[in-house]
Amino acid sequence: MISVYTRRRMINILHLTFSVLAMIFGLFWLFWILFVLVGKGLDGISVALFTEMTPAPGSAGGLLNAIIGSLMMVALATLIGTPVGILAGTYLAEFGQHGWLASITRFINDILLSAPSIVIGLFVYTVYVARVGHFSGWAGALALSIIVIPVVVRTTEDMLRLIPDSLREAAAALGAPPWKVVTLVTWRASEVGILTGVLLAVARISGETAPLLFTALNNQFWTVDMNQPMANLPVVIFQFAMSPYESWQELAWAGALLITLSVLGLNIIARFFLRKRTLSG
Amino acid sequence: MSKIISAAKLTRQRLLDQLFQKTTWFFTVIVLVLLVALIGSLVVGSLPAIKTFGFNFLISPEWNPVTEQFGALVPIVGTLVTAIIALSIGIPVSFGIALFLTELSPSWLRRPLGTAIELLAGIPSIIYGMWGLFVFAPFFASTVQPWLQNTFGDLPGIGFLFEGAFMGIGMLAAGIILAIMVIPFIAAVMRDIFEIVPSMLKESAYAFGATTWEVIWNVVLPYTKSGVIGGIMLGLGRALGETMAVTFVIGNAHQLHASLFMPGNSIASALANEFTEADGELYTSALIELGLILFLITFVVLGCSKLLLIQLKKREGVAT
Repeated sequence: MISVYTRRRMINILHLTFSVLAMIFGLFWLFWILFVLVGKGLDGISVALFTEMTPAPGSAGGLLNAIIGSLMMVALATLIGTPVGILAGTYLAEFGQHGWLASITRFINDILLSAPSIVIGLFVYTVYVARVGHFSGWAGALALSIIVIPVVVRTTEDMLRLIPDSLREAAAALGAPPWKVVTLVTWRASEVGILTGVLLAVARISGETAPLLFTALNNQFWTVDMNQPMANLPVVIFQFAMSPYESWQELAWAGALLITLSVLGLNIIARFFLRKRTLSG
Repeated sequence: MSKIISAAKLTRQRLLDQLFQKTTWFFTVIVLVLLVALIGSLVVGSLPAIKTFGFNFLISPEWNPVTEQFGALVPIVGTLVTAIIALSIGIPVSFGIALFLTELSPSWLRRPLGTAIELLAGIPSIIYGMWGLFVFAPFFASTVQPWLQNTFGDLPGIGFLFEGAFMGIGMLAAGIILAIMVIPFIAAVMRDIFEIVPSMLKESAYAFGATTWEVIWNVVLPYTKSGVIGGIMLGLGRALGETMAVTFVIGNAHQLHASLFMPGNSIASALANEFTEADGELYTSALIELGLILFLITFVVLGCSKLLLIQLKKREGVAT
């Protein structure tokens, strides 16, 4: 006969053990995936990877055009998405606050934040690619910028809200008009936080594959013309990994390692800044 | 003299104010327009398919580009089944992780472990796909699938779920990989909302002699119920729309099977595989309609998630 007390303690231990196991389960996948990536990817990392074009099946080559294409599209998407995101976020935190527009936008923005990225690719295809009649780097950058916007809107608003109102009031008491209060006081005070949001957005779009499939497509050759279909790392990895050629698969693993390291690196840097921000603010 | 200058300056500042406010307002409206344009363009793009197939599109299992007969049943079922598998594994594990991070972990471990779980969310989905196809699927076929079939294959009622050859790829493998991908999202939401439970509530329960588990189950969970469901819905939204990881491992077959070992198709992976190769207006349009269906489903799921989380936040405001 087990006493109620022992039974309750046993139930407790049982559940807490499960909780520890769940934690281990989560970490297990992270390490397994990273382990495989490093193991398979390191073989393919070489100078040629960064200096040569994507090869024809069976021959040797690198990923230069894909790396450049990815960099260009990510940079452009960030340039388009960031100002839109920051200004909209500013409206939500500084001007709209409780109005109907802000409430609806906040709601919609959070939905866009988690919307399936492939649907965004489909959207850009129907409004841009189908109209112009060909795939292009512009379309790819456009699709990525639509993913950047909600991330930046969200972090900008959150960061601006961390700024104490006394700061705004102090500036206003000195006679600063609202636009100066925002640009010279609150934006400056939350600089690091807003920058973190942009970094997180860059990290997010660097690995996105689905929205590029129908927009930038792929290009086996060197091009910096944004009006042409453009090679980019995620789509090249997808194509090479699904191919039966071993040399292509090896390149795909090397590219996968490259992408994961940069995305995780960006994430860690962003989190570091974010922590500093919330500690000091 | 100085009065005149300051009056002119004031008007200028007022104008700049107007300009700045209007600019931020304009870009806020752009975010809304984006969503309306997104839905609008998908509706317009799928009109030919809607006109041709009507309601039948949703319930027909046929998908034949040659005869131009399209139905969305197979990908819809595939999307839902993989998402259900993902949630049934993901919910308990995320709960365990959130529990560990908020109640059990020593404080110096809390931050690195939390970051590690968040990194799991940072890994691009194409990496999950490659790893799933080349590493997980072979292991799954050689070890897990035979074990599942031996253990559950003869049980009446669920045995049929584990029939068939051990191919590694298929609905079950896709569901499991999706589970790994949604765990960090659900766990992060759960951790954040467990932390807002007022410590006074927990301490009162501990003072009555409740065990840690009893505090979690009887105090923390009821207090955060709507938030927990919101977090789960957020994970569901992610699982429904996930593309690349599923495309690699689901097998991409437009067939309906009762067995989870068999290959299937999801909306997102059908789009990823077929869209660029689709010729003919009707084929393209049918694929766009698939995208529209996917977007509407995720819109509703994410909307519910958001509403539930707002509800929790309101309560938090009242309680503190």
